[in-house]
Amino acid sequence: MNKKSSVLAAPFALWILIFTVVPLALVVYFAFWGDNGFTLDFIKSIGEGEYAKSLGTSIWLGAIATVICLLLGYPVAYIISRAKGISQRTMVMLIMLPQWMNFLLRTYALMSLLENNGLINTWLRDIGLDPINIINTRAAVVLGMVYDFLPFMVLPIYSVMTKIDHRVTEAAQDLGANGFVVFRRVILPLSVPGIISGITMVFVPAVSSFIISRLLGGGKEMLIGDVIEMLFIQVEGGRNVGAALSLVLMVLMLICMTLMNHFDDSEDSGGMIA
Amino acid sequence: MRKIFSKLYMAIIFIFLYAPIVVMMVFSFNDSKSRVKWDGFSLRWYESLFEDDEIFAALTLSLEVAVIAAICATLIGLVAAIGLFGLNKRLKNVMMILNSVPMINPEIVTGVSLMLLFVALCNLLGFLEMGFTTLVLAHITFCVPYVVLNILPKLRQMNPHLYEAAQDLGCPPVKAFCKVVLPEIMPGVFTGMMMAFTLSLDDFIISYFVGGETQTLPVLIYSMTKKHVKPNMFALTSLFFAVILVLLLIVNIRQMRDENKKRAF
Amino acid sequence: MKKTLVSLVASLTMLCMILSLTAGCSSGGGVSGCFDDREVLNVYNWGEYISDGEDDSLDVIEAFEEKYNIRVNYTTYASNEEMYQKIKSGAGNYDIIIPSDYMIEKMISEDMLEKLDFDNIPNYKYIGDDYKNLDFDPENEYSVPYLWGTVGVFYNTKMVDEEDIKDQSWDILWNEKYSGQILMFDNPRDAFGIALKKLGYSQNTTDKAEWQEAYELLAEQKPLVQAYVMDQIFDKMANEEAAIAPYYAGDARIMVAENPDIGFYLPKEGSNKFFDSMCIVKGSEHKEAAEKFIDFMCEADVALANSEYVCYSTPHTEAYKLLDKEIRDNDNYYPSSRTLERCEVFCNLPPKINELQNDLWIKLKTK
Repeated sequence: MNKKSSVLAAPFALWILIFTVVPLALVVYFAFWGDNGFTLDFIKSIGEGEYAKSLGTSIWLGAIATVICLLLGYPVAYIISRAKGISQRTMVMLIMLPQWMNFLLRTYALMSLLENNGLINTWLRDIGLDPINIINTRAAVVLGMVYDFLPFMVLPIYSVMTKIDHRVTEAAQDLGANGFVVFRRVILPLSVPGIISGITMVFVPAVSSFIISRLLGGGKEMLIGDVIEMLFIQVEGGRNVGAALSLVLMVLMLICMTLMNHFDDSEDSGGMIA
Repeated sequence: MRKIFSKLYMAIIFIFLYAPIVVMMVFSFNDSKSRVKWDGFSLRWYESLFEDDEIFAALTLSLEVAVIAAICATLIGLVAAIGLFGLNKRLKNVMMILNSVPMINPEIVTGVSLMLLFVALCNLLGFLEMGFTTLVLAHITFCVPYVVLNILPKLRQMNPHLYEAAQDLGCPPVKAFCKVVLPEIMPGVFTGMMMAFTLSLDDFIISYFVGGETQTLPVLIYSMTKKHVKPNMFALTSLFFAVILVLLLIVNIRQMRDENKKRAF
Repeated sequence: MKKTLVSLVASLTMLCMILSLTAGCSSGGGVSGCFDDREVLNVYNWGEYISDGEDDSLDVIEAFEEKYNIRVNYTTYASNEEMYQKIKSGAGNYDIIIPSDYMIEKMISEDMLEKLDFDNIPNYKYIGDDYKNLDFDPENEYSVPYLWGTVGVFYNTKMVDEEDIKDQSWDILWNEKYSGQILMFDNPRDAFGIALKKLGYSQNTTDKAEWQEAYELLAEQKPLVQAYVMDQIFDKMANEEAAIAPYYAGDARIMVAENPDIGFYLPKEGSNKFFDSMCIVKGSEHKEAAEKFIDFMCEADVALANSEYVCYSTPHTEAYKLLDKEIRDNDNYYPSSRTLERCEVFCNLPPKINELQNDLWIKLKTK
């Protein structure tokens, strides 16, 4: 395969142009051009009041969900990567399997579990314990995000961990490092790339999620995804502000990811990983 | 001690991940419409599943879109990967960044932007209408990047001299490609296609924005969650779960056998 | 080995294609449509708003398809605004839609509806005179009433004290005693409608100060609200997740069937009365088939089946006669004219007020 084959990239370039670049250009266009030409009103309207608040709430809840996913998911990835052949493969499969089920149905079933008269509370009452009131709160929304996106955190960390050379950890042990030190000085730094991609894979969908807050949060909180959906689907003439909001969301996510990648690079150049 | 702790921890995580799915499966056998009260065992929802035209139509549409989108995305992705492979570094980097846009962009933004595009195109071109065609185009768009990313590493791993050798021996380029290159990268092509198929089948947000008057299965499920998801939808999911489980088991057992064989040698 | 894999993949994909092509012949949309040469009628209706054959009811769509040999592509929406946006933006091609009163008025004013040829809808004669020439379509050119109803309060008798419902008022939705057990409409028009009525204003007011007041009232209510929902109300009330909820009167029959402890009243301050009417979208390529559909929906047994299934009140005189006496005499479903005097039909709001309403709604939801 030589340079000649590079012409084959042309159709793909055309496809990307039409279906990726132009649509994003349209978002930018509608964010800045109203019926009366160029205007900054739509972008400005985001800064004032409701939209900024909703964006803030989404980022806050998404961040909490991401941190919980990391705290829960990291040990999972570690345990799986340490397991033996068959059980390792089985556990990876079990982590992936729920992703094949429709997430709306899973979230809906989660709602059945969490409701005040739901299954968990019915059991709690049966054994004489106090029911928990979690449904229709922010906590339930975060729980839903963690539930839906936890595998996105586990899998990248796991795949990085399996690539860690056993000789490195053994060498550390030989040099007198105890289990904790080996973990902190060797395994943790080596798994940073996995953590980074795990964080982005959870954070972006969590922040922009819609429906989760409606099913589990009782619709009392409008996350940014819900607002964008409402502006495009329900509100007449909401397209411009909706496009502006999409643009802001996209740019914010891009900034987050660039920051994360930068963090990744600086770790790399820190010299820990040869 | 540590082993017990880690086993317990994994058990809790798996209970957390599977509790809602188990609830769905159990209540698909419930004798009433309730999703919280157990009223006895029955197969009525499985019967009603096979009589439900709405679900059947949505499922058929989802499968059609997924098959067409997966095949098209694989072809486009294959050609693209080969093209990208031969490209100079600078251009390649630009293309790879653009390629990753649909993957890293929030899905809702992709959905909204494609809707804006299709609405504009429909106004421009009289023959295009929001519906099946736009659905397929949108699905291909978000599937291609995954196909490309699955094929490119395989191309890189390949020995480049093989292709040249075949040509030196008088094999025409297309034939050389089919005989030499394609078999080498086939696993990547196959994984890419499978990923495209499942991504397309499961997509809700983008289909919701670009589907026009069509209704794929996830969009139908969405409209159901607004009121009451009929237990026959749980029945469908349970069947689906069983199929996936069996498929994964087969693949896993196969792999294990292959590995054992290798070890035996 | 590799060769077999290639051929396996190829044959699998072939198989999938053939399967999906043939399996789908009888269903809506997609490739399968190519094999079905019947005319296609796109019907866009509210969710759960037609008799669909469940529990031995009449399957209206199937009956229509058989009678006229026309294929129906049936899809649903959850709000008038969703339907309007989809058609306005060109994101969907529909023939039949069933909007509510104010939305019909708006769509007529924007030239989005096709005038009906009533010669093709002979069964229109069965529609009661009270339901003709309504304000939203004064000349009766664009719409044929499908179902109608009012909005009232649902409560669970086990969870709510009798004295709190004695005065039959909207106030119960603001009663702190039931904090966390109250459900509220998840759509601005109905939610603001209730607040405006409670304040004694018109639901169609164009006074911005009155809208602001209504917003304050809803904001005051928010801490007491368990969830803002639409059709999920059925599940949540039946499972006793919540004690009190405002919703559409006809749904009382469905809810009581699922949980006999649920009661309903029309508040004394007055309420909203709505009409959902069948219309044809401007530019429909299947206008005749669409008129056949409307006519079919006005056949007595079809209208009866729909009214029985959806449980909303029917404007069809013959279907009305066929209903159980119990239902005909029930003031909740067929209120006396004195009760109806307290009710208002939504009008199309001027753009400025509409915008204000949406802004206030988002403000409420992000508070």
